[in-house]
This record gives sequence, C-alpha cells and structure tokens, in this order.
Amino acid sequence: MSIPDAGGSLAGRSTFEPLRRFLDVARGVGLRISSAESIDAIRALEVVGYSDKAFLKDALGLVLAKTPSEKALYDEAFERYFRREGFLWSGEDRSDPVASEAPGSGSRVLSSLAQMLESNDRVGVTAAVEAAAVATGVQNIRYFTQTGLYSLRILRQAGLGELEGDIDAMERSGLPEETVRAQRLKGHLKGLREAVRTFVDGQLEMFGREDAEQFREDRLKTARLSGISQRDMIRMRTLVRQMARKLASRYARTRRRQLRGQLDVRKTMRRNVGWGGVPFLTHWKQRKIEKPRVLVLCDVSGSVAEVSQFLLMFLYALNEALSDIHSFAFAGSTIDVSELLDRQPVEEAIASILDKIGFQSSNYGNALAEFEDQWMHLVTPKTTVIIVGDARGNGANPRLDVFNRLSMRSKRLIWLNPEHPFSWGTGDSDMNRYMPFCSLVRVCNTLQHLDRAIGDMLKQQS
Amino acid sequence: MSNKSDLKVVANPVMPTSVAEVEAGLSAAGYIASRQIAMAIHLACHLQKPIVVEGPAGVGKTELAKSLAHWLELPLIRMQCYEGLDESKALYEWKYGKQLLYTQILKNKISSVIGDSDDLSVALGKLHQFDDIFFSRDFLEPRPLLKALDEPRGAVLLIDEIDKADQEFEAFLLEVLSDYQVTVPEIGTVVARVPPLVLLTSNSTRDLGDALKRRCLHLHIDFPDPRLEARIVTSRVPGIDPRLLTQLVSFVQQLRQLDLRKPPSVSETIDWARVLVLLHTEVLGDETVRDTLNVLLKFEADIAAAQNELSTLTHRARREAGVA
Repeated sequence: MSIPDAGGSLAGRSTFEPLRRFLDVARGVGLRISSAESIDAIRALEVVGYSDKAFLKDALGLVLAKTPSEKALYDEAFERYFRREGFLWSGEDRSDPVASEAPGSGSRVLSSLAQMLESNDRVGVTAAVEAAAVATGVQNIRYFTQTGLYSLRILRQAGLGELEGDIDAMERSGLPEETVRAQRLKGHLKGLREAVRTFVDGQLEMFGREDAEQFREDRLKTARLSGISQRDMIRMRTLVRQMARKLASRYARTRRRQLRGQLDVRKTMRRNVGWGGVPFLTHWKQRKIEKPRVLVLCDVSGSVAEVSQFLLMFLYALNEALSDIHSFAFAGSTIDVSELLDRQPVEEAIASILDKIGFQSSNYGNALAEFEDQWMHLVTPKTTVIIVGDARGNGANPRLDVFNRLSMRSKRLIWLNPEHPFSWGTGDSDMNRYMPFCSLVRVCNTLQHLDRAIGDMLKQQS
Repeated sequence: MSNKSDLKVVANPVMPTSVAEVEAGLSAAGYIASRQIAMAIHLACHLQKPIVVEGPAGVGKTELAKSLAHWLELPLIRMQCYEGLDESKALYEWKYGKQLLYTQILKNKISSVIGDSDDLSVALGKLHQFDDIFFSRDFLEPRPLLKALDEPRGAVLLIDEIDKADQEFEAFLLEVLSDYQVTVPEIGTVVARVPPLVLLTSNSTRDLGDALKRRCLHLHIDFPDPRLEARIVTSRVPGIDPRLLTQLVSFVQQLRQLDLRKPPSVSETIDWARVLVLLHTEVLGDETVRDTLNVLLKFEADIAAAQNELSTLTHRARREAGVA
C-alpha cells in the first residue's frame, strides 16, 4: 500500500521512505492504519523529525495507535523496526588486514563484489547488498516460499554472476595461488549467501505478516470451535470481540433508526403550551424496542465446553446490544455463573467454572430440574433463553415437562447444538425430543455459526 | 485531503516551538505533564487535530484542558456529555421566546409595511425584502460548540466524557472535529475564525467509533510513575515535607498494585497529601493511614482489602523514605 502524496509541502519522497516502510510493518502486526492516518504520520514526522527516537515514538504513537491494546502492538512494531539491523555480513574475522595478498597481486581485474569480499570490506558489501535489496523490492515479500527467490535476486543484483565468473576463471588458470584465492572466495560467497538468506527471512518476518494474518483469520472463522489449538486462542479471542462489536454496532443502529416515528400530537401540544401552542418543539411517537434479556444455559461437559466458552465471550462482548445477560453452566448439576463472568474476564472465568463442574458427565434432566427449582422465576415473557449443548444426557430422564414449562414461560427458546444434525437423535442424544419445544434450533460449531445465530436473534428482536 | 488546505482557516496563533516549551508552559499553569502529554499538545497545535484523552478516572484528563486554557490564556469552553445530548444542547438553539415576542410586537407594524399593496403577491414581495429576519444570528442561542468556533482568538474546547454520549452524537461531532465548521440549516455553514484546540476525554465505558478515532490524536494517560507523581503532589501541595512525600507516594503506588475495584487516582493522592499535611503527619503510621484511608479508597471492599496489607505497605513506604 502506498501513501498518497500529500501535496507540495513535503520534501522529497525519499525522506519518508523509512516511515512508509514502518507503516507497512505496523500494519503487519495488526494495526489498522488508514491513508488519512498515514498522512498524519508524515505531518507529525515533519514536526518532530527523525533526530530523537523517543520523541518520534511518542509522536507516531499518538497518531497511529488508538487503543491501549493498539499501543502495545505499536510499541512492538516500533521496536522491531527501528532496532532492525539491516543486512549483516560479518566477513572474515581477521585482525590483520590482508594487504600482503591484496587484490592486484593477480593480473586479472576482479569484479567489484569479488574485490570487496577479498579485502573484507564490510561496509562496501553491506551497502551493495542493501542497494540490491531495494532494487529488487524485497519489502514486497509475502510468503516464506519466496525467500529463495528473493535471496537469489538480491545476490544477482549485487553481482553474483561476475563473482562466479571470477572464481571460475581463477580455478581454470591452474595456478596454485589462484586456486587458493578461488577457494577463499568460495568460502566468502557461502557466508554471503547465508547472510543474505537471514536478511530476507528477517524482511519476511516484518513485511509478510499482514497477509498471513488475514489468511489465518479467515481460516479461524470457519474452524471447528472444539478443535482450536492453544496457539490460536489469543487470536480467536480478539476475533470474537471484533465480530461481536460489529454485530453490536449494527444492531444498536437499527434499534435507534426505528425510534423515528410519527408526531406525538398530545405530547407536542403539552410541551409547547408556553408558546401558545405553536409547535416549536416537536415530540415524536417512539416505538419502544426492548433490548433482549438473555438467559444462557451452557453445557460445559467435554467437547461442548469450548463452544460454550465462545458463546459466553460473544455475549459478554455484546454488552451494548444486550440489556441483561444471565448465565448458567451445567453438566451434572447447574450453577449460576453470571457474577463470576461479570467480575473476571471471560477467559479466566471459564477456567474457574470448568474447575468447579466441568467434565462431569452431563445430565440434562437433572440440570433442568435444578434450574426450575432455583431460577425459573428469572424467566419472563421477555426473556430469550439460549441453550448450548449436544443434548446427550447419558440416558437420564430428559425431563421434557420442565423443558416445556421453560419454553412456555420464555419469549424464545433457542438451542445451539455443536453436533451435526445428522447425529441428532442417535445414541443417547435427546435432541429430537427437545426440538419441538424450541423456537429455533441451530448447528453451531464455528465462529461464523455463532455470529449468524446471535445476529438472527438480535434481528428478530428489533 | 487537498480541499482541507483550501479552507479559509487562520493558522492557530499558539504554536509552541518545542515539546519542552509545552512542558514548561503547562507546569507554569500548575500541571506537571509527562513527555507523552506534552508531545500530544505539541502535535495537536501543529497538526490542528483534536486529542482524545483516555485513561482511568482522576488522572487529570479534565485538568489538562483547564491548565492548557490557563497557559494559552484562551477561554475554556466545556461541554459535558451525557446520554441523550443532542444538537440543540451542544450546538445551537433558536431563541423561541424572543422570536415569538418579536412577532407579537411587529404584528402592528406589518400593516405599515404592506399597507398600500393591492394584492397578495406584491405584499409577499415586500415581505421578502426582510426575508429571514427571525432566523438570523440575533435569534440564535449559541451552545458550546458554536461558541468555541465563534471565539475571535480561538478557544480550548473540552468535550468531557464523550463515551457517555450516544453514537449519533459522535457522528455529529465529526464535521466539527475534522473541518472546524458546523452547518446550521437556516443560516449556512459556520467556519471557525480560529480553530479551537479540542480535547475529548473518555473513560472507555464504551469503544469510540473508528471514524472519530481516525480524526484525532490518541493520548492515553495512565497513573504516573513515582517521580512524576511526587512532582505533581509538590506542585499542588507546596509546603509538603519531602520525606512525607516519598512515603505517601510510595504507599499510593503500592496500593495501586493491589487488586482493587477502584485504585486511588492522582486527585485522591493530592487530597490525601493535603489531609496528612493538615494532620501534621511526619511518619506514616498504621494508625494515621487507617484513619485516613477513606480519602484514598471509595469502596468498602477496597478499604477492607487494603487494611489486610496495611502494615506491609506502610513499612515498605517508610523504608523507601529512609525513616525507620
């Protein structure tokens, strides 16, 4: 992505090249930087300049990072980029310069790269390789499969062809000293190749993350929730939060749009009595739209626990769109977990819930009965009840009578089942028996399912 | 973006030349700013951008705006946000009463204006000469936003607790914040004479919209580190004994490490320092702290939690100050 030119006030483009590349890196670690913000960054840079690193960091941070979590990402990107040592070639560790056998002892005029290698000219080699790197556009690297290609291109650009020609010629000459030189150069070349490779890997690490990230996110959205690896958990959490926030803002908007109604004549008259009934201030009829009150019953046994966890995360991230969430977890018995979830971040709360009752074998009948005994009064005709579970009660009495009462009392009863419909009703699954009482039954085992199920719930409400 | 530079906006007359100058200016106004804060102000002046200031309650977000206004000698215009805040309260309102009164008064004069005209169209034509008399600036009641744009020398506009306002209001602010202009349908677009310096504060009770964030600099103020906090307390409670200062700052800093519902803020540290000075405290004893803890902590549960750790905390605080 390139920065639009922000007009004539800017000096040469090249001054901002390091900044432009930094923005690429920052996008790579997950910051969202629009082109307007890029321009702001340039203007900020014009104000503070490159001279003081701490000032530069503060200034760019103010422009680019907009939440505490983004600040952390920004710090990471900044450190990574500005600590970055470009290409590093250590050359040969020799204390005495090799002036004695210096170039010129042979009759041949060597290529510049060969000369620099021979004389151990670190600065020269580094400059040549970095120039070559810029020429080949290594910052466009995106995938790890490209590292070999880019390494080779950089080497070619820096004069690999000529160098190999030199080595070849030396070997062919047959002179013993020339052969030694050739061996030496070969050794240097090997070191150089490795250094370039490392350099390209570093570039990939910096610039290649953006696309990889996107790819991974897309994959995670459709991955089965029960099989998310520990490594992906953190990313999943941010993803859940993002999706929920999107849903919340969309829903909040539709809810408000419908608040514009017809003129409420009576209230308008009353309000304008002071002006002799001339309607200066209008009052509009409003359709009151209830935020859903949600009551969630989560099965936390075995494989279902993961889905429950994500559902809870999702619901708590929806706080803006939901007025009142009450959560219960059950396996063999039922416990109220709302307070726990309110107090701790969902991820920690889930862990402690699992500690309490997790991984018991589930008994739906018993759990429902307990729920009726203690908490049925919470269910009102305005409540939406969501149940997450596979409906496998290990052969216990499913207590359809309780479930029926729950269905009668609530506004809606939604069942999210992580199992494929194909296996509903097989074995000890009571899904088909519960189904008639539900207003909605859905398969739910990926984030996308979750997003749609909750989205539909909110849509029906408004 | 280019059309922005075409706007006839007079450059902000306040243009600090360096971050150090901002720091010095604010400190003269009684606000000890960290480097980040000073940098934010510096950039805001140069880029002409609003700043969103976020952070826990009581770290001096509002105070920053006040001190800024004091330093720059500009009027501070404050707008407190709350749920249901709308244009008529934030931007402008018509003076309905005045309009009504004037129509009543002018009723008798109307015949002298249109008296000799024969038909309706001629009369209307005459009335049109006075066209929008009742919808002119004279009948406009400016509210904070319009007032800030109207200030001849510019102003510091503080939009406090923007997160308490509705999302619609946030969207409505965008025009003001990005172009420093507002549109009043009956009059037209009002452009700022001198763009005000805008600070928006938020306690992050909800996430602000991306559109708003994009237009602003984002400053996160956290609890200050011990040295900065000590400087702040000294500037606010000038007569304080340095040894007491070290103890109390150390104590408060430790208190923030505990798992509290509401950790003590800077303003509470200052209050506590005043209390301790008033009590002629020299050494932080358990007894004194226990009696005055309610100045720092505002929840029963927090006080109970702190009391369990009290002697450890005071001991460490005393040791740091070098008093046994």
